[in-house]
Amino acid sequence: MKRILIGSILPALFIASWEISSRTGLLTLESLSRPSDILRAGIAGLADGSILVATGQTFETALFGLAVAAVAGIIAGAVLGLSPVLERVVDPTIEALRPIPAVAFIPLALMMFGFGISMEATIVAYACVWPILIVTISAVKAIEPRLLEVADTLEMNFVERLRKIILPAAFVRINVGLRVATGIALVVAVTVEIVLNPRGLGYSLMLAQQSLRVDIMYAQLLWLCVIGYVLNALLRNIGPASIVLSRAGR
Amino acid sequence: MQVKAKQTVGGGKAAATTPGMSMYQVSLSYGASSPERRLILENITLDVREGEFLCIVGPSGSGKTTLLRMLSGLVKPTTGEVRFRGQVVSGPSRERAIIFQDYSKALLPWRTVAGNIALSLEAEGMRPADQQPIVAALLSKMGIVRAANQFPGQLSGGMQQRVQIARCLAQRPKILLMDEPFGALDAMTRQALQDEILILSGEQRMTVVFITHDLEEAIYLGDRVVVLGDTPARIIETIDVDLPRPRDQLTTREDPRFLAHRHRLFGLLRRH
Repeated sequence: MKRILIGSILPALFIASWEISSRTGLLTLESLSRPSDILRAGIAGLADGSILVATGQTFETALFGLAVAAVAGIIAGAVLGLSPVLERVVDPTIEALRPIPAVAFIPLALMMFGFGISMEATIVAYACVWPILIVTISAVKAIEPRLLEVADTLEMNFVERLRKIILPAAFVRINVGLRVATGIALVVAVTVEIVLNPRGLGYSLMLAQQSLRVDIMYAQLLWLCVIGYVLNALLRNIGPASIVLSRAGR
Repeated sequence: MQVKAKQTVGGGKAAATTPGMSMYQVSLSYGASSPERRLILENITLDVREGEFLCIVGPSGSGKTTLLRMLSGLVKPTTGEVRFRGQVVSGPSRERAIIFQDYSKALLPWRTVAGNIALSLEAEGMRPADQQPIVAALLSKMGIVRAANQFPGQLSGGMQQRVQIARCLAQRPKILLMDEPFGALDAMTRQALQDEILILSGEQRMTVVFITHDLEEAIYLGDRVVVLGDTPARIIETIDVDLPRPRDQLTTREDPRFLAHRHRLFGLLRRH
């Protein structure tokens, strides 16, 4: 509690001096609004639901893309982690595709899907699949070989082996990859919306800026800050993989 | 020497009844090119009779474990063939349970003791409701009922090995392959588990192949003891253990025949 108090001294001073200097006419920049106006705009946006609708749209796309990336990345990662030969074949391709910035595919995705959720989710999935894939490969490679031999002698099929041995054994490390990817998913979704997709928080931000509603723009920035903080706290405490995999670890 | 060994092991007596498992002129080498090529096992011919307790002894690093892994199907021979009830072994099978020496690595650390045992039953597609009584029976048979809901990491080595044995029994194997299962345990626990495994195998007339480097353990447990000589491993002797059953940690080990076998095996292994 004490630490929170000490930590909030600086932001409080900053906000206070911002408010005072803009009210006294010391600050007249168009790109700056007053903290009190921002707060009012934020409350108004929450009250009329516009911020929540935009948040819902962004989350929907980010989670959709993330889910596709998680399923694809974990399955492909498990297969590649189990087969050194296949990994040698695929690895150069992965290393060639991975460094391409996901947002560079926006024009292509737009041509393929048009505006909307599919286009955005595809970009998100592309950005998220790499950390998940790479972490899963290394996690599966690190599995105790004895456990795979146990699966062999029990004549488990691939799905059983994946569900009962490989994923639980690689769980802790895959979870790290999923956490990294969740952060990426939100960033990429908002970016795609800012660049051109007419939906979600990124688009609202652009709309506010273009209609010179600086107060709304700041309110939404603040809201993104809150979302990011809460999401990170959630991931640190629960972890997406524990939800997905909790049933396997009986 | 080798000819003699082959006659003792795969003689006419075994041919009359189909052996549980057999190895015929099996060799194994690692490394592709000739300079690095390392011969691990050379020309092993061996019959495991149905229902017998066969012990294999040899110096450490002699390829005992590799031999057992070939019986399970986890390792394929370079030449020769391994047969199980007449069929050529092409890979691991639920019918041949293998109990690994490093029990801590062979158990699923995220599952409870009961969950580890149930794994064998899940693998054959049994319904959870049907699994429960079987798991309960195995827990009590192995004396680990109180540990049922604990995780392997919370148990002593002896308990963990009991869990592994229970899991292997749950797969209802036709043959039990044991790779120095008690090697890492303290003397008291080892003797207790030796007696338990004798009772288990006697009850169900289970075929057991038991690898050990402990000569006394081999004589105490086995119907026969196969002696491997080292690098590359080959069978140098097979002895029939003519000690009465049930065996007893005190009287069996003091039996003059026990001491005579021990004397003989000790001499054989010292020479190699």
